Amino acid sequence: MAEFPPLSAEALNERRLLMERSRPGRTGASLPACDVPQSPLPDAGLLRDDLDLPEVSEGEVVRYFTNLSQLNFSVDTNFYPLGSCTMKYNPKVNEAMAALPGFAGLHPHQPARQAQGALEVLHRLQSLLAEVTGMAATSLVPLAGAQGELAGVLTIRAALEARGQGHRRKMLIPDTAHGTNPATAAMCGFSVVSIPSTPEGNIDLDAVRAQADGDLAGVMFTQPTTLGLFDRNAVELCRIVHEAGGLVYGDGANMNALLGRAKMGPLGFDVVHLNLHKTFSTPHGGGGPGAGPICASAELAPFIPGPIAVRDGNGAYELAMPEHSIGRLGGAQGNFGVLIRAFTYISELGREGMLDISGNAVLNANYLKARLRALFDLPYERGVMHEVVFSARKRKGATALNISKRLLDNGFHAPTMYFPLVVPEALMIEPTETESKETLDAFIEVLERIDAEAAADPDFLAHAPHETPASRMNEAQAARRPVLRWSREEA
Amino acid sequence: MADTGLRSPFIPNTTEDRAAMLAAVGAKSVEELFADIPAEHRHPHLALPEALDEMALRREMEALAARNLAPGASASFLGAGVYHHFCPAAVAPLVTRGEFLTSYTPYQPEVSQGTLQGSYEFQTLTAQLFGMEVSNAGMYDGASALAEAALMACRITGHARVAVTGTVNPRYVETVRAYSAPQGIEVYTVDASAPALEPETAALLAQYPNYLGVIEDAQTQSDAAHAAGALFCLSADPVAQALFKPAGDFGADIATGEGQALGVPPSYGGPYVGIFTCKREHIRQLPGRIVGRTTDAQGRTGYVLTLQPREQHIRRQHATSNICTSTALVGLWATIYMALMGKQGLRRVAELCYQKAHYAAARIGELPGYFLPVEGTFFQEFVVSCPAAPERVNRTLEASGIVGGMDVSDRVPHGMLVCVNETHTKADIDLLVDALKGVF
Amino acid sequence: MDLPADRRYSKEHEWALHQPDGTVLVGITEFAQHELGDVVYVELPKAGAQVAQFKQMGEVESVKAVSELYSPLSGEVVEVNTTLKDSPELVNESPYAKGWLVRVKPANPAELDALMDAAAYASLTA
Repeated sequence: MAEFPPLSAEALNERRLLMERSRPGRTGASLPACDVPQSPLPDAGLLRDDLDLPEVSEGEVVRYFTNLSQLNFSVDTNFYPLGSCTMKYNPKVNEAMAALPGFAGLHPHQPARQAQGALEVLHRLQSLLAEVTGMAATSLVPLAGAQGELAGVLTIRAALEARGQGHRRKMLIPDTAHGTNPATAAMCGFSVVSIPSTPEGNIDLDAVRAQADGDLAGVMFTQPTTLGLFDRNAVELCRIVHEAGGLVYGDGANMNALLGRAKMGPLGFDVVHLNLHKTFSTPHGGGGPGAGPICASAELAPFIPGPIAVRDGNGAYELAMPEHSIGRLGGAQGNFGVLIRAFTYISELGREGMLDISGNAVLNANYLKARLRALFDLPYERGVMHEVVFSARKRKGATALNISKRLLDNGFHAPTMYFPLVVPEALMIEPTETESKETLDAFIEVLERIDAEAAADPDFLAHAPHETPASRMNEAQAARRPVLRWSREEA
Repeated sequence: MADTGLRSPFIPNTTEDRAAMLAAVGAKSVEELFADIPAEHRHPHLALPEALDEMALRREMEALAARNLAPGASASFLGAGVYHHFCPAAVAPLVTRGEFLTSYTPYQPEVSQGTLQGSYEFQTLTAQLFGMEVSNAGMYDGASALAEAALMACRITGHARVAVTGTVNPRYVETVRAYSAPQGIEVYTVDASAPALEPETAALLAQYPNYLGVIEDAQTQSDAAHAAGALFCLSADPVAQALFKPAGDFGADIATGEGQALGVPPSYGGPYVGIFTCKREHIRQLPGRIVGRTTDAQGRTGYVLTLQPREQHIRRQHATSNICTSTALVGLWATIYMALMGKQGLRRVAELCYQKAHYAAARIGELPGYFLPVEGTFFQEFVVSCPAAPERVNRTLEASGIVGGMDVSDRVPHGMLVCVNETHTKADIDLLVDALKGVF
Repeated sequence: MDLPADRRYSKEHEWALHQPDGTVLVGITEFAQHELGDVVYVELPKAGAQVAQFKQMGEVESVKAVSELYSPLSGEVVEVNTTLKDSPELVNESPYAKGWLVRVKPANPAELDALMDAAAYASLTA
């Protein structure tokens, strides 16, 4: 294993925490003196004694966080083929538009007449997303994909109650689903029934039929699936669930493959959530903020969360709660700053652009599949959509984990590993449409080189990465004796 | 696909690239790759506008932005849970660095130490500001954080009943109800000054300062909750706690807050960040992401996502929540804001809020037809009873380019909730007072 | 793989060992700890709780997984290994001794006959 040079004092210094940098008397903010007659402060018993925050200058703060940023991989600096996360390039103009003072400075509770421009953006985005998904109505309220799931499943629950079917408790979820699906179903009071996949990677319809009874509330289904496949049984799945009186929730995590190619509504979905931070290119921000709007059929539209933007007879916009709304899921009307970025993105690409996105995303994934299949097992022998899932199991001494860690040494972010659970040693690779053929070829070349390393020196691979800002972390230590913050006692 | 070459600046594949890739794939066309979609559903009509070039896009967006009245903090007196605070210029350029902006959840700690250490700083500083033992890495916003606190209290106590004081932000209460109802959790309202809890209540939820700006007796609330065997969950304003006692001083079991107050632009409702802190004994019931300290293979200090078996990707339907995001980027914004303000600065901001609001309240209270109907110590917000409907008063203010306060006439007759803080100079306040005078 | 002959084994990979005082110590096997990887947290029933044979009595967490613990016998928990709270790694390092989980006062000592001996368990995990 490669030896690391001892860390320089400067490098160690770079990682010191704010509280460790603090020196009494320093500040990073320039604040005014009080220009109004002073009122007496309230009784000391109500006041805080001491505020333990750092004391650092502006220059120190800027250098600290600039240096910290450079410890990150990001889409702006690296190819980031993280499956199911759609790490596409995030156009800079979107940032500029979200920062316009007329948007960024607008308070969410201003009267509608003072926010007509913002409300028009919301209203038009609602329509655009409804058109893309082939649905009747959109709620932009959900603050992330998982909250979109919550909104969608609560909407299903409310619609079932309105049908007099509120007793239905069973929610079917394929074994390939993201963990958020069962977690969401449980939060909404449903019991989860896991449905297996067929050897071809489609949902097992016999297993669905066996559950299609009077207790069936619905199914949560991701199309394309997390295997990167367009599930050919999905239309029939929707038919079976509807016939049994259930409703179909669509997880739109993988919508990038379907833009302009198919609409979720006509495919049989009743409600679907979209991840604007995936499909519509709003930046992931190191783990949020996202936005997870839901689009619903005409039957479910009255139940979606609010407030949503509506237009009156005079063409003026205002916020309103849908007639039988499940209510509010946050303090305002959604992550407007994220919604703006998605709106500008759709405006930049337009109708033809949607087809360019899905076409190039799917082509890139199929190209990686064709070029990499010599290295890995391909669990499903068919064309893929926006991503390809391989199994690393036939590589002796090279687990999915070790291959992924060695990719980091080569400047590529790791694919999604060990998911979906039905594929052993899974490597889930999603290139997106914003990567060039040269980048994909370089990625392929590196994987070929890693393959050779695995044969020649498996131990070297097992200790990768060797050239990243940090080496493998002791995660067991972190979990056994959790240290979750700096503390004065310890310091 | 009709090939249009360089149509989008975001898609690099050329016609030649596509031809070479299709040859490697063994397909004749891109369309062929979509053959699994049933023919009757493939390539539906898509009624979207044509693409805009960047200049046209800017023109359109600037025109839309211009149709909003956003006069800046100095001429806005609206709060009600979302606050214009001064934010140093250094914050935005750091937060919008591509390395922070365009990274994912830090699943690969070796190449994510920037995000991870940033979240660890967030956990440290929010815990210290709230006077609490631990914090998670962030939630969506203040309302959903309070809702998750209610669910967490139910998990901890095994009870399915939650009390909310009548002075919690009504939008927060609606969010708590939307999250609670499907799990069969009953939400009932209690008096804020003398909360009478029913048996088997999981938590008392209160707000500090309350929705009408008043600092309530949180100690009495906390004692009432604990006497009834319930947890005390306090939704607290971060900036107010730089001046007033923090949530931890009252023995809060869970304290949440709207991180937007830490210099984040109001941005018509988001993105914000929910602050979620608690007593250490409850860490395994926390929702959301948590960053912990550890060492790498070379023995160097580093940070990782930890306590992951709580979460949806491992425990699936038994997870503490379905939440996956920590809203890390907004958390980073709040962190850098707290770092720059620091110990002295944040206290100064809080004192300025207090002083300016009290000056404004005194001036407005002297105006004929106006009075201050709500008793109690307040921080930066107070209710004014107006001589006319607040809706009408706000239209008058609007004519002077001023955004008036929140209409709370459903709670207080002709009540307007006015927010005055460090962003307002004496001159700004005097302009507001003059404009209010003009209502008659 | 280390497999003491002095105790009985369940197919859920727990062991049960009779003590001179009539109680039974319960833990997980070497095979189980190896499969779990680094154990980071163990959730156990409280002393005084009743457990039932082959029913869930707790959970064991590793860094990225959680597994259910099933009691190999019925009875009352009379003691819990509290050292695991601060040192869950004992389950990895010493699954048959220091890493024991609970001490149970058996409701029906004959239940242990339904468990496997070391040889039978060895063939199960072979």
